[in-house]
Amino acid sequence: MRIKTRRNAPVWLIAALPILSIGVAFIIGAFFILWAGESPINAYIALIKGSLGSTFAITESLSRATPLIFTGLAAAVAFRAKFWNIGAEGQLYCGAMAATLVGTGMIDLPAPIMIPMLFIAGAIAGCLILLVPVILKTHMKVDEVVTTLLLNFVILLFVNMLLEGPWKDPMAMGWPQAARIIDNGVLPTIVAKSRLHLGIIVALLMSVLMWAIIRFTVWGYEIRAVGHNQQASTFYGISINKSVLMVALFSGGLAGMAGVSEVAGLKGYLTLTLSPGFGYTGIAVAMLAQLHPIGVVISAIFLASIYVGADAMSRTIDIPNYIADILVAISLLSVLVGAMLTRYRIVWGK
Amino acid sequence: MMELFEMMLTTGLWASVIRIATPLIFATLGELICERAGVLNLGIEGIMTIGAMAGWIWVYQGGDLWGGIVFAAIVGMIFGFLHSILAVYLGVSQHVSGIGITLLASSISYYAYTLIIPFSTTPPKIVPFSVFEVPILSSIPIIGQAFFHQSALTYLSYILVIITFFVLYKMPIGLTIRMAGENPVANESQGINVLLVRTGAVMAGSALMAIGGAFLTMSAFDAFYFGMINGRGWICVALVIFASWKPGKAFLGAILFALFEALQIRAQLIGADVIPYQIFSMMPYFLSILAMMLVARKAAYPKALLIPFRQGDRI
Repeated sequence: MRIKTRRNAPVWLIAALPILSIGVAFIIGAFFILWAGESPINAYIALIKGSLGSTFAITESLSRATPLIFTGLAAAVAFRAKFWNIGAEGQLYCGAMAATLVGTGMIDLPAPIMIPMLFIAGAIAGCLILLVPVILKTHMKVDEVVTTLLLNFVILLFVNMLLEGPWKDPMAMGWPQAARIIDNGVLPTIVAKSRLHLGIIVALLMSVLMWAIIRFTVWGYEIRAVGHNQQASTFYGISINKSVLMVALFSGGLAGMAGVSEVAGLKGYLTLTLSPGFGYTGIAVAMLAQLHPIGVVISAIFLASIYVGADAMSRTIDIPNYIADILVAISLLSVLVGAMLTRYRIVWGK
Repeated sequence: MMELFEMMLTTGLWASVIRIATPLIFATLGELICERAGVLNLGIEGIMTIGAMAGWIWVYQGGDLWGGIVFAAIVGMIFGFLHSILAVYLGVSQHVSGIGITLLASSISYYAYTLIIPFSTTPPKIVPFSVFEVPILSSIPIIGQAFFHQSALTYLSYILVIITFFVLYKMPIGLTIRMAGENPVANESQGINVLLVRTGAVMAGSALMAIGGAFLTMSAFDAFYFGMINGRGWICVALVIFASWKPGKAFLGAILFALFEALQIRAQLIGADVIPYQIFSMMPYFLSILAMMLVARKAAYPKALLIPFRQGDRI
């Protein structure tokens, strides 16, 4: 068996790839449902109903998609430059901490100023924390994968410390959670009787913005060039360190905004359960979108519906909702295989 | 300062150092073997999780302890094989494939655990490996009690360090594995199937990672908890770099790391009133980052690490 380069992959194949991958995930996932002794067809019907079956279900899926769009964009931007930021989870919490710091009474301004300020604070916090692995990489050649991963644990412990210590809300009946974001900082809901909030609009704007930056600006060109071929880029006069720094700022900032959106939009206060792994799921989102910023929106909504649907399904059918994580992981792995097959052909034999 | 010094001399401390080090020794060796063959395996965190779950479930369902270890190793190898198909045969990004394996393996672990074990507030327990005292060796003061008053799995980890060293440096197959990570083209010109060598190394390494995870549920503790691996896999990836891809150094690195961890846990108890315990808990992660900073500049990465090999390629 050997692998040969394929010159032109048909466009329809590239477009169909994410859908095929999710299809594969559902087929393999069926065996896990059978293992639980349930009928896959019934389970999937319940899953689809739970995620798309009513206006409320759809708004739930969209509000679950909001942080995933941010973290998906964070991964997509970084991975394009082959900067392996696996720390979106930690950066998300940094954004959430910044929003809590600024938004719980430190200052009180009218909402049109307060809300952008929270997002900017969160983005800065996300950038700053990612700056540590970036500087370690550019100045000391320390591998960023391990540092970003390890910092996730450090940051979570730090949040834990704040929530059990100085930030603990005395009104929270002993639960470790911070004070609520003040009214002017809360992101308003955009559909009545739902939890869907302004965060999704910000997320959509960011994905268009990132698309424009990558497509039309010099920065975007440099990011793509560095990702393709570092040597050639250096030869061409692009500073690798500068582009990595740029990418990291975008990536960390976007992940930080995810935290703001969750704290000021969905929950209203900082807790340790703010993110059930949005940072890691963001990687699956980005890969399914094949690192395209607009594609990220679609794949985030797709994966979010799987999570929301699986939660609903596990309430009616006796299947653990971890099935959603399994489905997402399998779609991530199958899109990797698929993307490979669009660029290469497998030739059997010698 | 004197207090710290006295603490360093107690057998209790050193016994717990070895207990903390054992899973790290297994998993660091596992990652080292993969990387020596040129494949980064970020599936480590998930493979440790599923090893911990699989071994424990085996015993919980009535199997014997060693059967559980074998079962965990086989499950680990299956995920290693999956990583090989993606990262070795198809040559996809080793980073993303590894993260995917971690997501898949840990979600399957939690799914299976929730499915098999009915919900209860106190997790069910098994009878873990008991302490086995090595005759003669355990009578050496301090060191004997620490190193040779442990569970059989710990002794297995010592033996594996020696075996890994011997295989990698003293046997032809070891040369083949190292060459797959340094210069696969040279390997191919010898008529060796690089892809097969890499796959074998990844599967063997993944088996060790899974046993490392299983040690936690079957020897260090007696139950499976959600999120119990808690970054140990990532720490092992850092330890491999710190050990500059050498089995002996990996062993020492794991012991050194475990020493800090054990001291940190003791300091937590002493300093709890003054400093929040979370500060102490952060130390292992900072230490791993620091360890990488120390060696990063002169780190001699295997030259073909992260580079997919395609038959007929010329570099």
